[in-house]
Amino acid sequence: MKMQSDLGRVRGLGSAKSGASHWWTQRVTAMANLPLGIWFIISILAGHTANYDAVHAWLSSYFHSTMMILMIVSVAVHTTHGLQVVIEDYVHNRKAEMISLMLIKAVAAFLSVAAIVSVLRIVFAGA
Amino acid sequence: MVEFNLPANSVVKEGKSFSAPADAKNTRSFKIYRFDPDSGDNPRTDTYDIDLDKCGPMVLDALIKIKNEIDATLTFRRSCREGICGSCAMNIDGRNTLACLKPIDDIKGEVKIYPLPHMPVVKDLVPDLSQPYAQLASIEPWLKADSPTPPDGERLQSREERAQLDGLWECILCFSCSTACPSYWWNSDRFLGPAVLLQAYRWLADSRDEYTGERLDALEDPFRLYRCHTIMNCTNTCPKGLNPSLAITEIKKMIAERRA
Repeated sequence: MKMQSDLGRVRGLGSAKSGASHWWTQRVTAMANLPLGIWFIISILAGHTANYDAVHAWLSSYFHSTMMILMIVSVAVHTTHGLQVVIEDYVHNRKAEMISLMLIKAVAAFLSVAAIVSVLRIVFAGA
Repeated sequence: MVEFNLPANSVVKEGKSFSAPADAKNTRSFKIYRFDPDSGDNPRTDTYDIDLDKCGPMVLDALIKIKNEIDATLTFRRSCREGICGSCAMNIDGRNTLACLKPIDDIKGEVKIYPLPHMPVVKDLVPDLSQPYAQLASIEPWLKADSPTPPDGERLQSREERAQLDGLWECILCFSCSTACPSYWWNSDRFLGPAVLLQAYRWLADSRDEYTGERLDALEDPFRLYRCHTIMNCTNTCPKGLNPSLAITEIKKMIAERRA
């Protein structure tokens, strides 16, 4: 039986005194994704992703490899921040919530680092 | 997880029907949610056909007519009947509003009336608002200042400073907005909701208040404040035409401003 007052329950564990950085980062990466996305779409339309050799030549360029790594980081951060909000909104079992939050961050970290390593291999090793 | 299906004892069933007097020429059906916790029955919707020629213009007039003349068991809150007390907030024609400010003529066909969504129902159209009331108390909605009160007893404000409170002081705490907010539906235990956040901003925007920093500290929380995803149902539904969504954005801006 719970006899705690409504006010006590609402005050709960108090304010986390965080959340602003998460909110701000999500907006900044959203803004960054706009020019990066436009660059990416233009590159596809220009035929830079037509075949292996075209992609290789494209990502060997300092400018395009830099843009690609920036986009990988920005998209990965934006995606994890967005998915985190969705999970916090809808998953109310604390254990399931923590596991899914760690899982999406692990998957995003693995995918983005793998993508960055691939770009760097083209730039430095010419693979 | 979010529950997508109603629990079995919450499924709304078809209820009784009351037809209008035979000589009525201008009738309208009112389909009203009924729930009596003492009976143990599921909630139901009762239909009342009303003679609009013998009824006031607003939905609240029809509810009072039903209670007086047709079915005295119908339970709802009302007090001022002019949009200043916030008691008769309910879901009319799919939108949270005040029954006393909602003209029957604005609604086409059958008038569907339900209690404010996603709140425990005390009876019929009366929701249990203990949670939002406690949340309101938690933001300490009163002037907090350390400077001593001036000898003449008044803390002065310029016209410009007073104007900062316009669009905020008018809130009558009917909670139409909070109960229209999906974020509040899913996380009302931790998210403060638009009504309470608008009140929080009312004190943040008050030039006489000296506890802005402490107030922002208490609000800066992933759930209390940042569950707001700018869905804007609050602003769309506010029967007083206020903009809680804008007030919440102003709070977020204040917190962003004090960061490095």
